[in-house]
Amino acid sequence: MQFGLLAIIFLFSYHFVPHSETSYFWRLPPLLKEFPGWINTLLDNLMFQWLAVDVWDPVWKEYEQRPVFRIITRAIGSAILFVIIFVRELFLGGAQTIGAFFSDSFLSANKWLYWPALPWTAIVAGAAILGYQLQGARLALLSGIGVGYLCIFGQWEPSLETLSFVLVCAPICFVFGLGFGIWGYMNRSVEAALQPLLNTMQTMPHFSYLIPVMVLFGVGDHAGAVATIIFATPPMIRLTILGLKKVSPDIVDAGAMSGCTKSQLLFKVLIPTARTDILIGVNQVIMQCLAMTTVAAFIGAKGLGFNLKVALNSLEIGKASEIGLCVVLIAVILDKYSLAWANKQKDYFSDLSFFEKYKPYIGFILLTLVAFLLSYLGALYFQDGINYLYYVPFDKGFTISPFIDAGVDWFWEAFFPYLNAFNVWLITSVLVPMRDAYLGMPVFSTFILVMGAGYIVGGVRSAVIIGGLILFIALSEYWDRALITAYMATFAVLISAVLGIVVGSISAQNRFASKTILSVCDFFQTFPSFIYLIPVILLFGITDTSVMIAAIVYAVIPATRYTVEGLNSVPTSLHEAGTMSGVSRLQRWMNIELPLAVPHIMLGINQTVVFALVMVIFGALIGTIDLGQLIMASLSKKGGAGIGLTLGIFVAFMCLAVDNLIQTWAKERKKALGID
Amino acid sequence: MASNEHLSTDPQPVIQCDSVFKIFGDRAKEKLAEVQGGIVDAKAFQEAGCIVGVNNASFNVTRGEKLIIMGLSGSGKSTLLRCISRLTDATAGRILIEGQDLLAMNDKQLIELRRETMGMVFQSFALLPHKTVLENIAFPLQVKGVSTQDSVKKAMDMVELVGLQGRENYFPRELSGGQQQRVGIARSLAVEPDIWFLDEPFSALDPLIRKEMQDEFLRLQSVLNKTILFVTHDFDEALRLADRIAIMKDGIIEQLDTPANIVLNPATEYVQKFTEDVPREKVLRIESVMDPVDSSETFSNLKVSKDAIIETVAEAVLSEQHPVPVSNENNEVVGVLHQSKVIHVLFGRGTDKPHQ
Repeated sequence: MQFGLLAIIFLFSYHFVPHSETSYFWRLPPLLKEFPGWINTLLDNLMFQWLAVDVWDPVWKEYEQRPVFRIITRAIGSAILFVIIFVRELFLGGAQTIGAFFSDSFLSANKWLYWPALPWTAIVAGAAILGYQLQGARLALLSGIGVGYLCIFGQWEPSLETLSFVLVCAPICFVFGLGFGIWGYMNRSVEAALQPLLNTMQTMPHFSYLIPVMVLFGVGDHAGAVATIIFATPPMIRLTILGLKKVSPDIVDAGAMSGCTKSQLLFKVLIPTARTDILIGVNQVIMQCLAMTTVAAFIGAKGLGFNLKVALNSLEIGKASEIGLCVVLIAVILDKYSLAWANKQKDYFSDLSFFEKYKPYIGFILLTLVAFLLSYLGALYFQDGINYLYYVPFDKGFTISPFIDAGVDWFWEAFFPYLNAFNVWLITSVLVPMRDAYLGMPVFSTFILVMGAGYIVGGVRSAVIIGGLILFIALSEYWDRALITAYMATFAVLISAVLGIVVGSISAQNRFASKTILSVCDFFQTFPSFIYLIPVILLFGITDTSVMIAAIVYAVIPATRYTVEGLNSVPTSLHEAGTMSGVSRLQRWMNIELPLAVPHIMLGINQTVVFALVMVIFGALIGTIDLGQLIMASLSKKGGAGIGLTLGIFVAFMCLAVDNLIQTWAKERKKALGID
Repeated sequence: MASNEHLSTDPQPVIQCDSVFKIFGDRAKEKLAEVQGGIVDAKAFQEAGCIVGVNNASFNVTRGEKLIIMGLSGSGKSTLLRCISRLTDATAGRILIEGQDLLAMNDKQLIELRRETMGMVFQSFALLPHKTVLENIAFPLQVKGVSTQDSVKKAMDMVELVGLQGRENYFPRELSGGQQQRVGIARSLAVEPDIWFLDEPFSALDPLIRKEMQDEFLRLQSVLNKTILFVTHDFDEALRLADRIAIMKDGIIEQLDTPANIVLNPATEYVQKFTEDVPREKVLRIESVMDPVDSSETFSNLKVSKDAIIETVAEAVLSEQHPVPVSNENNEVVGVLHQSKVIHVLFGRGTDKPHQ
């Protein structure tokens, strides 16, 4: 009713506000045009002017003025880089880190100091043993085959470069996340300050971190790592706070009555009790680290992401698929490892012999020796050229990309007319009209719509919050671009919401089907988002349609998951009450299940919005003309840091506005229904 | 039971509460400063945004005594217990533990006190989910700094005490509710505290298990002789276990007395509601229904103890022809029990006292 009225006012204003460039009803003046400039000036001052000190330059043999902040960021960068290289050399071999402690001449005089790479057979064995230790034969098989694929297809080197990010970033994220989480738990005002910050950090597009990081830390693996850490820490903080809050007050009291000091209470009672949630946080951190690999490639991080970016840019679908599969495999294996670790309970009391206790380590060492022996034999066999039993170099491995490419070519030849027809139809009769409608919307009407919705849902407070968030965007130069982003996201959200609710509702009717669909969702959610771009480019080439379809496929996951969860959480007693009142299945769905599940489903739609926006922004990778493209473009621009960050904040604010609307609504609704 | 005599020999109470208040709300302290002693008006406080949890509680608990705080939910019974264990700070009043002022203690002294003299059992068991039975029991010892070897040895003794042998390596989630609470009990006793707090320890258990655990509690107490503060909402449980019962309502202690006195002389209407349906023969001792010795009567040969619960001797007494002599612990005859009194306790209705 209220929404109907709002829609009428909205349409009315839409039609009667004149489309004139001078009218403030049509577009607001770009009062905040200078905002990116301010950020740039701030960064410039920090990096080049603020608190300069004299530093001895050993090369020029004189004192040099350097700002403290720059020294600090560069020191952090070098430290991270050192660890990353160290991890890589541990597996791939090398002498760079050893060289850091000795002089180069010492190194060239002592060739034996070179640390050898592990044979790939040993790596496969190690992965399988780890999987077996954590869960059992199934995980051992999965990880063995997965890592085997990486090695045989010659992707081990870039994979390890990517993995080294995870291995270095994840612990740092863990420490920061746990630290801030504990602080937030202990201090309510810290938590209140953290919440909006975390929301913004998590909804900002991955790209927008890159430029400021680039300015502060330079270009390279370490900069990629820093961007990854910034992006992957928030979920850890969130889950730490959540986990600690879930600890029952009785357990805290029991700890206090056992005579715990404050730190004993924290480390011996609270954190171990919240262990499962905290470890799920670790899992999230790992997944986010992987999701950042392609993005980090833009500021010089090596690894699978970089190769994938190159392959996508040159439209080598076969190669891109192979690399994409690597990322997926790493993601799935790490996901399974970390979840298995989270659910594993330690056995303190079993009285094991030395051999039993250290069986996995002994096994690994023995197998490594065998692997070295194998590679020695391999060296004899492959007299010249590559020793395939020792190490499969990048691009020299087994490959099926020619087959994939041929398949793609065939597919294109066979289906091009149909695909193209669909493509043209979608663009000309759906997307373009929709875009024009969005662009033709006076800013006045936009505010009526969003603030009106805010008012209906959450009163004046919500209306002001949402209006404020949108106003920030409206006062910039980029309002039109933001509208384009909004239209793409709306389209994707609408389709995915409908698809998700339909699929979810059907699956929820049956226990087996719901279980299956939930595990399918789990599986697809472990994929880093950009992976979805590969198959759609294969089908639709580089068009808006591709981005849309990728966004829909990606965003349909949360919609489906939350629908199934919401419907399944309707109490059985209500089902039975319905059945005894003689409802049909459809009536039960319409009158009992759906109304009760709607608040939860709406939370899924909230996620869908975030997912869709992420993908729409990622669409810039294959060329769209919204905010994403501008963010990408600012990467290579002078003063891009300010623009990139500002645009990122815009996207985040769009998410936050939707988030505020839906969360408030769901909360009210749940209260009205009396659920939790 | 012998406990009553035992109490009087120790002059200093183990727990002493003087006018303890616990009032929730930002302005609790200033509001309380306005009132002049005694019980405060909860309604007036509520208008000021304060909720009165404990309202002027004063009582002593002597060494070896089992004081049970009984009340329905929201009566402030758990809040009172939390004040005495200082899990929350009382708003006003004085709490002395073994003569030490609890509210004046700093963190270090408080931790010391909890490590040495206090043990507590929780309704929800509150076991650490990541630790085994043995580790849970050894936990208070380990935070105290006892070596692993000694603490495990002590914990094993506790496992035996509560009868969980063979399950010491189980995790809490692998145990039934009753077993989990045994672990909770063992943990609270591991440091051999003098004072034992139990906050509705058996409320989350099934009736049969609850009965079993109550017996277990009585058995443990007969061995350990702790000073006990026990909170429950179950009046029958209070009657069964208590030396004295404090009945609370809206933060006020309505009556504090022995089970027999509460049943015989309920102080307020509220208390009476609880006592109405109580089967007296299960609560009253012979002592409270016996008459003075009249030498002209003929006594039967049976002799009963003045501390016996009526129910346990009723059948024997009723099958005698003559009144039954009552003896004290030194086997001296201190009174005589007429069959009519027993019949009245067993079958008399209404709220009249059994001796008219």
